[in-house]
Amino acid sequence: MKSSLLSRLELNRRRDLAFKHKHLLGIQGLTSSEIVSVLDTAESFYEVSTREVKKVPTLRGKTIINLFYEPSTRTRSSFELAAKRLSADIVNFNKQTSSVIKGESFKDTILNLEAMNPDAIIIRHSASGIPYFATTFCQHRIINAGDGSHEHPTQALLDAFTIRQEKKNFKDLKVIIVGDIIHSRVARSNIFLLNKMGAKVVLVGPPALLPVEFKNFGVEIDFNLDRAIQGADVVMMLRIQLERQAANFFPSIREYRNLYSLTEKRFRKAKKNAIIMHPGPINRGVEISTDMADSAKSVILKQVENGIAVRMAVLYLLLGGKKREAID
Amino acid sequence: MEEKIKARIMDSRKIRRSILRMTTEIIERNRNLKNLVIVGIRTRGIYLGKRISKLIKELEKIEIPVGVLDITLYRDDFSELEAQHMVKKTEINFSVAKKDVLLVDDVLFTGRTIRAAMDSLIDLGRPKTIQLLVLIDRGHRELPIRADYVGKFLPTSKREIVQVKLKEIDSEDEVLITEPPGIK
Repeated sequence: MKSSLLSRLELNRRRDLAFKHKHLLGIQGLTSSEIVSVLDTAESFYEVSTREVKKVPTLRGKTIINLFYEPSTRTRSSFELAAKRLSADIVNFNKQTSSVIKGESFKDTILNLEAMNPDAIIIRHSASGIPYFATTFCQHRIINAGDGSHEHPTQALLDAFTIRQEKKNFKDLKVIIVGDIIHSRVARSNIFLLNKMGAKVVLVGPPALLPVEFKNFGVEIDFNLDRAIQGADVVMMLRIQLERQAANFFPSIREYRNLYSLTEKRFRKAKKNAIIMHPGPINRGVEISTDMADSAKSVILKQVENGIAVRMAVLYLLLGGKKREAID
Repeated sequence: MEEKIKARIMDSRKIRRSILRMTTEIIERNRNLKNLVIVGIRTRGIYLGKRISKLIKELEKIEIPVGVLDITLYRDDFSELEAQHMVKKTEINFSVAKKDVLLVDDVLFTGRTIRAAMDSLIDLGRPKTIQLLVLIDRGHRELPIRADYVGKFLPTSKREIVQVKLKEIDSEDEVLITEPPGIK
C-alpha cells in the first residue's frame, strides 16, 4: 500500500483470494474457497461491532435497498445494521406500505427502484428464484435474503461462521438438520454449504416434510430423531413454518412435538460438546423446548450476533472494487 | 513478473542503527513514557513497532504495548480498486484514549495510509497525541502529513517502488529501490 503501483502488484498476486461474484444468489454457486474467504472476512468485521464507535467508513456513498416481500426481524435488521456499520445508506422497502398493494408487479417495482440508482438490492420473497429473475433485467447487484423454499445464503454463511467458531473445523462433523425440511430454504443452503465444506449432514423429520429425493443432495435422511441425534456435533432445529401450511403435513402439533421436539432427554444422546442451532424465529415448545433454547449449549443468539459480521463481509465483498461483470 | 532492483539503500546494520536512533529520540521526546503505546500499521509497521518496544524495554525498563492496525476499511480508493483487499484484523488490546500513540509504518509516501490510520485510530478512542514514525520517507506527499521520526529521507521518482524487507517475514533486513517492468 506504499504506492498505487505496489498495491496494483499486490492485488494481482491476491486476485485468487478475491470474491469475484457480482450477486449473491445462493450457496450453490460458491466454491469452498469462496465460502472460506467470506468467513475469514467476517472474522475481521466481527471486531468492528465490538468497538466503541461501531462504524467504519468503507461503504460511504453506497446505497442499498432492502426489498422485503415477507416479514422478517433478524435478516432485515441484520442487513440494515451491517450496511450502517459500513457507512452505506440503506432504504427499507416494506410490502405493506408500498405500491405493491396497489398492484405494481415485481418487475416494475425493481425497475423503478433501479431508476433511483442504488448499488445493491437485497431481496426477500416468497417465490423461489425471484432474485435470479431480478438479475435477468436489473443491472445492479442482487443479494438473496431468502427466496421461497430455495436458498437463504447469508443464513447458511452465518451458521457456518458460528459452527467454525465453536468447532474450528467442518471435516467429519456430524450435523443434523431437524424439522420442516421441504419448505426450508435455510436447510437447502446449509446442505449445499456443509457438503462443500466436508461435513456429514443428516436430515431428520416426518416423511411428509422430508421427501426421500433429498438423498440426491448427497446427504443421509432419517425419520427417527432419537436415532439420528446419536453422536451429533451440531443439532440444527428448523421452525415449523405454519404460514406455509406445514401443519397440514402431520396429524397434530402434539404428535410432532412428541417425535421431533428437541428436549433435554433427546439432546443427551448427542455428543457431549454438541451445540444447538436454530435460524429463528423459534416456536418454543414446538420444535424446541424452552429450556433447550435457553441452555448453555444453545448458540441461537450467537448466530444472530454473527449475522451482522457475516453480512458486513458479504456487502464488502460484493460492493468493493470497480463494477464487475456478472459471472454468476 | 520480476522487478528490477535499482539500488540497495539499507542493510540490516543500517536499519538497526536507524531504529536505535529513532528510539532514543522517542525516549527523549516523551517525558511520560508510561503513557506511550505503539500501533503498527499492517504489515511491516507491526514488526518495526515490536522492535522499538523491545529497545525501549532494554533502555528504560518500561513495557510499551504494541497494537496492530489494518487500514483497509478506511482506504479512500475503495471504489477504484480492481478487486477488494483482504480485510485483516485490527488487534489493539488496550485503550488508546488519552494515550500518546506512536503510529509506525515502513514507508511514508502519499500520506493517504497515514490519513486512514489516523481516522481509524480516532474511531477507537480519543488519543492525547498521535506521533508518526517511518523507516523511509520517500516524498511525493498528497496530503499535509509529516513524520515525527524518520529513519531515512529517500528522494525517489514516482515510478520507483521502495521495498522494506524485515527478517520477521522476509527472511532478511534490507531496503531496496526497485522498478516494475513495463507497467502502464
